[in-house]
Amino acid sequence: MEFAIASGVGVLVAGGVYLLLRARTFDVILGLTLLSYATNLLIFSSGRAVVGKPPVLREGLQPTLAHYADPLPQALVLTAIVIAFAMTAVTVVVAMRNHADLHSDHVDGHEPGPPGATHGGDPQA
Amino acid sequence: MMQHLVLGPILVPLLTGAILLLLERRHEVRVLRIGAWIGLALLLAVSAALLALASSGDITVYLLGDWPSRLGIVLMLDRLSALMVLTTTLLAIPALMYACAGWDKRALHFHALFQIQLMGLNGAFLTGDVFNLFVFFEVMLIASYGLLLSGARGERISAGMHYVVFNIAASTLFLIALGLVYGMFGTLNMAELAVRIREVAPEDVALARAACGLLLVVFCAKAALLPMYLWLPETYARAPAAVAALFTIMTKVGLYAVLRTGTLLFGEGAGAFEGFARDTLLVFGLVTMVLGGLGVVGALRLRIGAAYLVLLSSGTLFVSFALAQPGTIAAGLYYLPHSCFAAAAMFLIAHVVQRERGSAGDRVLTIAPPIPRVTGLLYLIAAISVVGLPPLSGFIGKVLLLAATPPEDTGWVYAAVLGSGLLALVGLSRTGTRLFWRTGEQDDRGGEPDAPAPAPAETPKVRGLEIAAIFVLLGYGLAMTVGAAPILRYATAAAAQLLSADDYVREVRATMPQRREP
Repeated sequence: MEFAIASGVGVLVAGGVYLLLRARTFDVILGLTLLSYATNLLIFSSGRAVVGKPPVLREGLQPTLAHYADPLPQALVLTAIVIAFAMTAVTVVVAMRNHADLHSDHVDGHEPGPPGATHGGDPQA
Repeated sequence: MMQHLVLGPILVPLLTGAILLLLERRHEVRVLRIGAWIGLALLLAVSAALLALASSGDITVYLLGDWPSRLGIVLMLDRLSALMVLTTTLLAIPALMYACAGWDKRALHFHALFQIQLMGLNGAFLTGDVFNLFVFFEVMLIASYGLLLSGARGERISAGMHYVVFNIAASTLFLIALGLVYGMFGTLNMAELAVRIREVAPEDVALARAACGLLLVVFCAKAALLPMYLWLPETYARAPAAVAALFTIMTKVGLYAVLRTGTLLFGEGAGAFEGFARDTLLVFGLVTMVLGGLGVVGALRLRIGAAYLVLLSSGTLFVSFALAQPGTIAAGLYYLPHSCFAAAAMFLIAHVVQRERGSAGDRVLTIAPPIPRVTGLLYLIAAISVVGLPPLSGFIGKVLLLAATPPEDTGWVYAAVLGSGLLALVGLSRTGTRLFWRTGEQDDRGGEPDAPAPAPAETPKVRGLEIAAIFVLLGYGLAMTVGAAPILRYATAAAAQLLSADDYVREVRATMPQRREP
């Protein structure tokens, strides 16, 4: 199971980084989302992968980690999910505003010119 | 009652922000301003009380929800946190003054976001738990996105996009580092981490180093260390002036985290981790400093120059914290508030200049009609202070740093500190002479002599409140110069406290829940 989780995290990170480095805001947002999924999985597995053990105390079971799943990473991952979700919403809004104002979904706000063309230092001069 | 005071710097802005958000719909801006000022006055009182509490040398540990520190989250107040909280509050006063001169009417939810930003900053300075640090980082960043982007158009949205994406990527990295740290050490409490990092098994050292390295990379990204500074100049230069002034302390949060982890986790006796990454930080700090100086020289607009000054001060602080001598940390702690105030003053002055010069803005190469003398005078004082010429506070901070540098490092540190100071001096004098002395009608627009008739009517008037805000900021610098001895005594004591990491561990472990069975 460790192998499955690890390779899942790896694939998500690879995809996320690839998309993050692209020049369109939509791809960048998708990349950030994938990265946050990978992070959530990683945090979740930092409490060790266990099967069939509850994270809440039960009668008659010794309160040690041998009998329970570690509840803390689950709480952490909940926080991380909420924050990542809110952040995705923010980026979507910013990207849409970017597109509406600048008429381009390029991350720099304008399409790069043909190679060799020089951009002024200050485009609004 | 006294022990709950530690919560004050977090709760006061949170409640003020929430109330302001509710008032916003029904009431006009005057009511909001009164509310914001009441909140800030309360916050100032709490911060001053906390400073008095911390200056006795005690480390106050507050157990949230009365859970013992191994289970719950703790807040931790020491001399360093109290100093940072007070600096934040003092910086917020002129920033709010400046915003109250008119910007707050144009930006949606300005007052609420401003308070939440303060809450995030204060929380980051007070927490004693790494995951909680992440949460407060996020609170601070979310508020900063709002402050940066509300009322924004065009270019600023584009700069904001870079800022948002960069910071979210950095936060993701932060979470990855935290996942690794928890997986390795089984705790996220900073003091407990300090204990467990000493006992890490030799075969785990490599993975632990990777986790700690990631953590440091994130802090350095927030503090704009060399390869990760690219977001800073454009963002800060495009932010509204009052917001940019408050943002000058945001890079310092990253520096604070570097200092905190550097002394607590990677301090003396940390075994394989003693002095972790210190040499790397020193080198990158030195290069950042020089680069900041070059940026000031190369800046075509005053605000870009001011943004590079933030970078320069970041580099200086990295050097002083990475040298990790009691003297250099103390010098850094003296320099830190100074650099916030001076850079904030620069941003506000740049905004005033920008409007007084009308359509020429703050572009250095365009010639514009003369502007009032008082702005030039303010610029002169701020420039002297920020470059570190005698007699103002920047000079004291840099002299202290140079004097405390250990002999084996003097070569590079002296060269970088003095060289970058010289570069900044050249850049700022050139900017000053071009902005304030080379005046005249606008005639350098190439082939079309005065084709667009200058429209002086559209330039908004600079208000007294805005000038007063700049005076307050420069007044802080003056007060830091006059009161250098007591501030330095405090900073030295804070450095000594930071370097004895065992005290933190003992204090955190000794704090027991009051009502709950441990």
